[in-house]
Amino acid sequence: MIDPQLKYTPEHEWVRLLEGGVAEVGITDFAQEQLGEIVFVDQLEEGKEVKKGDFLCTLESIKTVSDMYAPVSGRIIAINPAVCDGDPQFAPELINKAPYTEGWIARLVMSEPSQVDDLLDDSAYQKLIEAE
Amino acid sequence: MDAQTIFEKSQPGRLGVMPPLSDVPLPSQPPMWPSGMGRQEAPPLPELSELDVLRHFVGLSQKNYSVDTQFYPLGSCTMKYNPRLNERMAALPGFTQLHPLSDPQQAQGALELMYSLQEALGEITGMEAVTLQPAAGAHGELTALMVMAAYFRSRGEERHLVLVPDSSHGTNPASAALAGFQVVTLPSAANGLVDMLALESHLGPQVACLMLTNPSTLGHFETQIEEICELCHRHGALVYYDGANMNALLGLARPGDMGFDMVHLNLHKTFSTPHGGGGPGSGPVGARGPLVDFLPGPLVAKGERGYHFMTPSQSIGRVRTFWGNFGVLVKAWAYIRHLGAPGLKAASLHAILAANYLQELLKEAYDLPYPGRCMHEFVLSAHNLKAEKGIKALDVAKGLLERGFHAPTVYFPLIVEEALMIEPTETEDVETLEAFAQAMLEIARQETAEDLHQAPRHLPVSRLDEALAARRPVLKM
Repeated sequence: MIDPQLKYTPEHEWVRLLEGGVAEVGITDFAQEQLGEIVFVDQLEEGKEVKKGDFLCTLESIKTVSDMYAPVSGRIIAINPAVCDGDPQFAPELINKAPYTEGWIARLVMSEPSQVDDLLDDSAYQKLIEAE
Repeated sequence: MDAQTIFEKSQPGRLGVMPPLSDVPLPSQPPMWPSGMGRQEAPPLPELSELDVLRHFVGLSQKNYSVDTQFYPLGSCTMKYNPRLNERMAALPGFTQLHPLSDPQQAQGALELMYSLQEALGEITGMEAVTLQPAAGAHGELTALMVMAAYFRSRGEERHLVLVPDSSHGTNPASAALAGFQVVTLPSAANGLVDMLALESHLGPQVACLMLTNPSTLGHFETQIEEICELCHRHGALVYYDGANMNALLGLARPGDMGFDMVHLNLHKTFSTPHGGGGPGSGPVGARGPLVDFLPGPLVAKGERGYHFMTPSQSIGRVRTFWGNFGVLVKAWAYIRHLGAPGLKAASLHAILAANYLQELLKEAYDLPYPGRCMHEFVLSAHNLKAEKGIKALDVAKGLLERGFHAPTVYFPLIVEEALMIEPTETEDVETLEAFAQAMLEIARQETAEDLHQAPRHLPVSRLDEALAARRPVLKM
């Protein structure tokens, strides 16, 4: 399942452009399927500046722990409460159930909005996962 | 399942024994601890009859799954039979009654055993000296990396990188990070072995060490191992042998001869001492050449007046209190003497034969992503079963539990999707191997994953929601 509205990276992250130069990011359906049931998201820091390709957070599933990288450069301005352990809304299963909507992970104010042009569109990403 | 704890079974006033009233007068002096710190009421200990206690613990023991009850093909763990002779030797009063602070002159038997074991493990691995201190495999890895760090420090070399293949045991990068190194992951070649070009491109003046498991976690022997070690040495780097898979090589090949500089062994795998809750581990570390001087002390040495403890000249110091997990050392020595050199070699040959037989029986029904003869273990994949019928490695594991077998290691090594890592060991007979293969084939022949999703139905606990347990753990009774 791929959402045609979104942009993608070869590392299986997606980007949704919101108003005001804000990028919402998450992992793709393919990625959540590979990882298995996600139980924990760690080391995500609100306010932190990241460069494209920098470490963003770790995703822990019942099978493995993986790093997630920033698909674009910017400052983290929001973290989905569903991925914050201890938050009353903590529900990491949303990353598995609704990876492109309620399972978003973070929002960044982009420092280099032109980076979006380098991301993959849905058909290019589709080709990439078919090859895997 | 009867899940009541012994505290929940307690009934006020019920007793197993009737102690006599104390005839010791209460102390007249005030207590030595601050007032207010003393307990005001009796501790809430469970109150049960002797028979209730017996039934409680026998009941728990019967829910247990172990090598003593059934087949346990947990890949990379070498769950072989633990001969009862080992237990008898470790229970000898001469060992159990010996105080760890006894004068070495009055503990010559224990020192002789340690010395003999050091020598035997050195001979088996091709190492010049062995320390018996580390308490388990990962502790051995950490110890060896600390030794290497001390060695490079003494030479004024600043090497802070450790190379680890992407197929490695998770302990390798963890130990390297804990020892203060930065970890660089080395991508494997298409055949799952070390990629020589990738290795060469990662080597350089900052690389301290390559950590390698041989046979690899895929159960394949690194055929270019001598070239790998030579290449590392040419760049000034050391090569570390993760001994988790040594059960494939006893009496057949020696890490020292391949060019490895340091090794650890898991006595609780290869040398038949209990593990997995059955007893503490032991992870002796061996070294060659200049690294010997940096080993943790004390080692046992033989002199004119018998055996004595000694510490190498540039030792990193102690890594464990007293003399390591001594009881485990006794059991491993009993195993080595029990089998002798020909017996150890036969054990490895049988382990390899058993793994290859199982691989042949299963390679059609499951994917074998890295084909060819295996050593003591092999890795199947449920990739096709998942794509065709939705049967995942986890479903295969649960289906095996239902059929009376322990599951293999699943989802490891990380380079194999839906991995099922199977290590039968040398101590299983052919009937057990075939019965296990039958169960595996029956699972692969299921039309859908539906039935497997209900498994296991007949065990003390049924299918657990592992994700829920990890997401919202309840960390109390």
